[in-house]
Amino acid sequence: MSNAMRTPAGAISVESYQGAVAEGRFRRLWNANAPGYLFLLPWLIGFFGLTLGPALISLYLSFTDFDMIQSPRWVGAANYVRIATADPKFSAAMHVTLTYVVLSVPFKLTFALLVAMALNRGLRGLPIYRAIFYLPSLLGGSVAIAVLWRQLFASDGLINAALAQIGIEGPSWISHPNYSIYTLVALSVWQFGSPMIIFLAGLRQIPQDMYEAASLDGASKFRQFYKITLPLLTPVIFFNAVVQTIDAFKAFTPAFIISGGTGGPINSTLFYTLYLYQEAFGNFRMGYASALAWILVVIIAIFTAFSFLTSRYWVHYDD
Amino acid sequence: MTASVTAARPPSDITKRSLPASLIIHALLIAASLLMLYPLLWMVSASVRPETEIFSSTSLIPSSIDFSSYARGWVGLDVSFGRFFWNSLVISLLVVTGNVIACSLTAFAFARLRFVGRNFWFAIMLGTLMIPYHVTLIPQYVLFLDLGWVNTILPLVVPKFLASDAFFIFLMVQFFRGIPRELDEAAMMDGCSAWRIYWKIMLPLSLPVLATAAIFSFIWTWDDFFGPLIYLNDMNTYTIQLGLRTFVDSTSASDWGGLFAMSTLTLVPVFFFFLFFQRLLIEGIATTGMKR
Repeated sequence: MSNAMRTPAGAISVESYQGAVAEGRFRRLWNANAPGYLFLLPWLIGFFGLTLGPALISLYLSFTDFDMIQSPRWVGAANYVRIATADPKFSAAMHVTLTYVVLSVPFKLTFALLVAMALNRGLRGLPIYRAIFYLPSLLGGSVAIAVLWRQLFASDGLINAALAQIGIEGPSWISHPNYSIYTLVALSVWQFGSPMIIFLAGLRQIPQDMYEAASLDGASKFRQFYKITLPLLTPVIFFNAVVQTIDAFKAFTPAFIISGGTGGPINSTLFYTLYLYQEAFGNFRMGYASALAWILVVIIAIFTAFSFLTSRYWVHYDD
Repeated sequence: MTASVTAARPPSDITKRSLPASLIIHALLIAASLLMLYPLLWMVSASVRPETEIFSSTSLIPSSIDFSSYARGWVGLDVSFGRFFWNSLVISLLVVTGNVIACSLTAFAFARLRFVGRNFWFAIMLGTLMIPYHVTLIPQYVLFLDLGWVNTILPLVVPKFLASDAFFIFLMVQFFRGIPRELDEAAMMDGCSAWRIYWKIMLPLSLPVLATAAIFSFIWTWDDFFGPLIYLNDMNTYTIQLGLRTFVDSTSASDWGGLFAMSTLTLVPVFFFFLFFQRLLIEGIATTGMKR
């Protein structure tokens, strides 16, 4: 056979070379790639059918009026214009959500870091403490916890009973618009367990001899924290801050349960997602709700991009 | 004695501590633990208190134990909580199954198979982690409504069989990459198909990560409120979370005992999972930073 002359490197026999030619390019491409795509198939269907497709449709719907009965009617940027200029509930929801994010995330992370540092000292009983501090985070999303919280902060609830014992008359936390958001912040801070565990993992990575050296040089505890712990922990702090902030923007269940779905009193617990839910499934303004959803995406994206851009000024990656 | 104990441990303590310092830390941590647990313990204790006593004291110890709140709460709605438990259980188990199968298939492809476009799809998959579900919510709802799936469990379960929880894919990819490549390369040489490698080599070696994903899936689905709130409107299809919320609305300020009893019950499965699988859950959090 003349083809045998061109058999590369002599490694492949004449028969198999001919076989390869007979199979053809397509067959070889198929053999190399088919298993990968077969394994990916469920995810690919899900991605196109449940993520990309719906996301594009939602973008389209955000430029329409759509009540689920009649087909969507194109209204251009009207939804966005109304959100930006003429929707007091949007500004209220945005205000509530930003307040919640700005208050709950720093407190939560500070507690998480303090407790993680207290636990990272080779203490006896570490697994027990860790479990106790993590438990509220795990139960956190459930309705029962929100119900419990509503009771804790009720005007005749436990918090006020405890305050009464030391002679303070507490306000009606849940039903007073000035205080209601703080009960939700407190709930979020109570659930500091999951960032705490990530901090613990991060603290383990810091080499012990750095502290020993600093100690020998006479550096105070505070200085050691400021000069060693904090800088070396910045990647973990950064990660926790981004994850917790995105989560805080998406909070829903506690506000829904505690306010009975209204976001009250006087919109003081109208979380962004709760407003979105009301518009979509209460008023069936699906186009408007889609626009709200896209604004949430843009806000989260801007926040995330901002975090990543500023991170290079304060996050230290040693390696 | 303290010195020898300290020396025997891994050197995780920052400096040599004195005994008093260590006692102070313990005292603070115990106080903080009690503060953390107090609301939960109070709820459990409220659920077994005589009704008249619930709000009269902040103490955790009831004067007498009375389980009648459980009996009353259980049948407090038109549909009993048994039904809600059953619905939640069915949905949660199906979601666990879907997540474990679909996410492990996807993760196996990304971690172990070579194909054109792998890096591209992997980047897309990671990107979906960042998209809030609100963006796809409304079109998905319209789709499931058109399919006639509203008021069934399908909208809550079927997406999981299409690997819609990218968190678990990511978690599994990380784990699969840690398994020595020689194993499947040798098997491939021997003519093993990708499917056999997945089924006979990868899955048996990956039980810890599969269990972690399964347990988180179960707990999150059991606790999920938003999904059922949107898709389930008929009380017979309600999950435990919707049942509890309905109970709150229908009994507010009347049957507190029943309310706390049913609240406690909804937390029991999660609590037991936590008790038995604490290590897996904590490692899962520490390695991927899963939410909550």
